[in-house]
Amino acid sequence: MAGNAKDTAAKPYAPGSLLPQGRLTGPMPWVIAIMMFLTVLATAAGLALNHGARSLSANVSDRVTIQIAEADGAVRSRAVSRIVALLGETEGIANIAIVPEAELSRQLAPWLGSDLKIGDIPVPALIDADLVAPAGEREARIAALDKAVKAVSAQARVEPHASYLGPLARLVGAVGWLSFGVVALMVAATGAVVVLAARGAHATHRGTIDIIHMLGATDTQIVRLFQQRMMLDALFGAAVGFAWAVAVILLVGRSVAAVTSDLVQSATLPGFAWVVLPLLPLAGVGVAWLSARVTLNRALERSL
Amino acid sequence: MATIVQFENVGLRYGPGPETLSDLSFSLHEGAFYFLTGASGAGKTSLLKLLYLAQRPSRGAIRLFDADIVTLPRARLPGFRRRIGVVFQDFRLVPHLSAFDNIALPLRIAGVSDAQLRAPVEEMLHWVGLTGRAHAYPATLSGGEQQRVAIARAVIGRPELLVADEPTGNVDQEMATRLITLFEALNKLGTTIVVATHDYDLLGKVADARMMRLERGRLTEPPHPAGAH
Repeated sequence: MAGNAKDTAAKPYAPGSLLPQGRLTGPMPWVIAIMMFLTVLATAAGLALNHGARSLSANVSDRVTIQIAEADGAVRSRAVSRIVALLGETEGIANIAIVPEAELSRQLAPWLGSDLKIGDIPVPALIDADLVAPAGEREARIAALDKAVKAVSAQARVEPHASYLGPLARLVGAVGWLSFGVVALMVAATGAVVVLAARGAHATHRGTIDIIHMLGATDTQIVRLFQQRMMLDALFGAAVGFAWAVAVILLVGRSVAAVTSDLVQSATLPGFAWVVLPLLPLAGVGVAWLSARVTLNRALERSL
Repeated sequence: MATIVQFENVGLRYGPGPETLSDLSFSLHEGAFYFLTGASGAGKTSLLKLLYLAQRPSRGAIRLFDADIVTLPRARLPGFRRRIGVVFQDFRLVPHLSAFDNIALPLRIAGVSDAQLRAPVEEMLHWVGLTGRAHAYPATLSGGEQQRVAIARAVIGRPELLVADEPTGNVDQEMATRLITLFEALNKLGTTIVVATHDYDLLGKVADARMMRLERGRLTEPPHPAGAH
């Protein structure tokens, strides 16, 4: 007996965990990893699309193009000069720029070939300009400008960019908000997964819970035991899902950067996204913490 | 002696069936030693469940440690449970904890630090003759060893009330006598002890013990000195 006592004393006491070692929650960490992966991607898509929609709106709201669809090249050239002069004299018009023939050729090349000479065909002349006017006065100013240019050339007309890019900007913005809706559903689904995992863990370890309950453990002590382990599982899943999503975002970002389209490039992640996105795994762990706590407390309240 | 437990017209019913316990009225006094006897199915375990707060009665009144247990808020029950030591009939050891950790459980729940609990747990292990089995898990312990771990766990917190359900059912006569002697020693330190048993040989081993008898859920013999009938 004395020898045994010596053995016991020699062995440093390391308290056993009140719950069995290993995962409490089965596949929950991997489900959370997938949820977090999709949540981060959806959030990133939402932020990028909203950013793109704002950029588009800002770019097109003030911009107009005056199109002079005059078949006679000489008449067209004179009309362009007179309209540029008119624009220069008009108050609230800025950044007047005649679209160069080279640019027109480049834009028409896919349809008419690269050896096109603008003088050979009656291609309308284009003049870009910014209309500096309060939003409420913009339509009236555009109508007045249209009337003024038509007075110079009957073949001229003012085309506000907002009339054809505006619906696209609104569509992009709507898809962006839809992404945030998807994020909200993901958060709810993550909470539901944790609720199911917590119920499962409670049912699996009911025997141990009953024993420590009868020995005087409070609900708070029991919940804390489970919560710590479930938080670690959730943290693991959230970190893995976040890492996967960031890798995908960086890869997609590189692909977007390689695309020359202004439209595509406008839908890039704004700088603050890199502050928002890392908060998602923390929020996910918070949702898991709250869900586990509420579920376990409710389960324990059903016993005496 | 002060009254530590008081039952008045207590009835207990599980679900819609007949009452398992009916019309129980008795008092237990502080520092006394009680044997609860009765045939199998008489309701001994159910009565003990009321004592260690695993159940509330279906009717009647129970006062324990001067508190009305029937109306006591659930959140206050753990505080009362810590004043009660329980030896379950089926031991209820935590299977993934060693004998040492099982015995240490009440102290850990009460917030005793790991450094502080070592000495009392080793004393308990010695007390029940399991020093050499401190790191053994319940599955590797014999029935008698598991019972001794369960007893050590029940008494380590020096409870004011010790409730034991057939605590000598799985040990030989020598160990049974030893455990009852240990209960008696604890009783002399002031713990009120209630032992449910159908081993009538035990009754004469504790001087001044009182006996009560249950039959079909009714108390046919209220607490009285063991030698009186």
